[in-house]
Amino acid sequence: MSRSLISISDLTDAEIEKILDLSKVFAEVNSREIPKVPALKGKTVATLFFENSTRTRLSFELAASRLSADVITFSVAGSSVAKGESLRDTAETIESLGADLIVMRHPSSGSVKLVSEWLRVPMVNAGDGAFQHPTQGLLDAVTLIEHFKSENNLNGVRIGIIGDVIHSRVARSNIQLMSRLGAEVVLVGPPAFLPSDISAWPVKVSYSLDEVLPELDVLYLLRIQSERFSDAVLPSLADFSSSYLLSRDRLKRARKDAVVMHPGPVIRGVEIAHEIVDSERSLIRRQVENGVPVRMAVLYWLLAANEGKLDPAW
Amino acid sequence: MPPQDGSVSGYSYSVKAIVMGSIDIDRAIRRIAHEIIERNRENSDLVIVGLQKGGVWIAERLFRSLGEISPGTYFLGSLDISLYRDDHAIRPLIESSSTDVSVSVQGKTVILVDDVIFTGRTVRAALEAILDFGRPRAIQLAVMIDRGHRELPIRPDYVGKNLPTSSYELVEVTPEGVSILVGEDDES
Repeated sequence: MSRSLISISDLTDAEIEKILDLSKVFAEVNSREIPKVPALKGKTVATLFFENSTRTRLSFELAASRLSADVITFSVAGSSVAKGESLRDTAETIESLGADLIVMRHPSSGSVKLVSEWLRVPMVNAGDGAFQHPTQGLLDAVTLIEHFKSENNLNGVRIGIIGDVIHSRVARSNIQLMSRLGAEVVLVGPPAFLPSDISAWPVKVSYSLDEVLPELDVLYLLRIQSERFSDAVLPSLADFSSSYLLSRDRLKRARKDAVVMHPGPVIRGVEIAHEIVDSERSLIRRQVENGVPVRMAVLYWLLAANEGKLDPAW
Repeated sequence: MPPQDGSVSGYSYSVKAIVMGSIDIDRAIRRIAHEIIERNRENSDLVIVGLQKGGVWIAERLFRSLGEISPGTYFLGSLDISLYRDDHAIRPLIESSSTDVSVSVQGKTVILVDDVIFTGRTVRAALEAILDFGRPRAIQLAVMIDRGHRELPIRPDYVGKNLPTSSYELVEVTPEGVSILVGEDDES
């Protein structure tokens, strides 16, 4: 079994730092007149998505292309999964076709880990259920490190992760990564949206956005993942919005230098007011832009840097 | 500090010969600067690009010499070609953000600078890399040491010193001088 990136907890501190450094190398590559290098020429990267995606998938495919890898693409619609092919057979078929690395997204938590144990090639988790989305965590870290102009750390930064935490793999990756980089994480949301047993998590919890708002440096809004729960969990979106929507009025009560982030897709008017998304306080566009160099760094790290194996000298 | 016996990448090496001192290096850089100016009389828009790692300090010295000798528009840059190598899998990137070509190379003459030319593979990768920054008017190559053993049809335009070597020897170039190193086991 090769080295894969399933969860932030797979990474040592040194590896996190390596990936953050590599993403700066690839940000420079992306700024060139011809933003493409031959580093992964001859390698094939497969994207295997059992769930919808716009930015993650495109950003992985663009990252692979800019490293000169070939990209093959799988989506459930139009595939043999519709004919009843199992997850294992589908994954093994893609490996047999000659993929050197598989990027996978799936609605079930733990599914990417499971598939990685069946296959020989390295895998990258592009989001599995409510478990992890490590490259989103890494690109968010890069965006914040860039914003605060810090040296690969977020020491002393107070990040509020706001909204539907319980269904969010982005939140889980970010809680782990941001706290390891030195940030203080506060989860904010109604009780139904906060996991019940978080005593082991390195976080504080608040049910009131208005109460913690003045202390936060970063307002990280999550999408309400209504496809993952029934109406009984959250009777009314309007009730949620009245307490947790980041409105223009609420943003006025935040710190003057507080910035706004969102992993996308943004449902304007539910989690965040329309005009804030595009305001100068918003890092949402930078998050998307940073996705490409960060994913180039991960692909390069797994495929080229040391053939997916960990070199202690790194 | 004069070259000393020691280890490179885990192997032990000893100094076989010191072939240039710091004064020789200095003289060679100034001579190459004069040659560059002479060859590029028509076009003084020169981008001096040092190849990571060994070429960077030489490019800086060359850049300064050019400015002292003749007025012109000179730019300085550095290039990490790890991502273009045919053996990059076994050589990790040098360090973060070690490429800096902030000026457009479009229509300018690029002088690639390295410490030693050996097989020519580094230069091949550097040619490919620099072309991704635009279309230069011309690319020329300056090296401190040409040690022979080329595996590709590439030759330098400016050479500090031609130095015949065995392929198993190492050539080390520092601001203090140039030395030939041999592996401890190879010396017999």
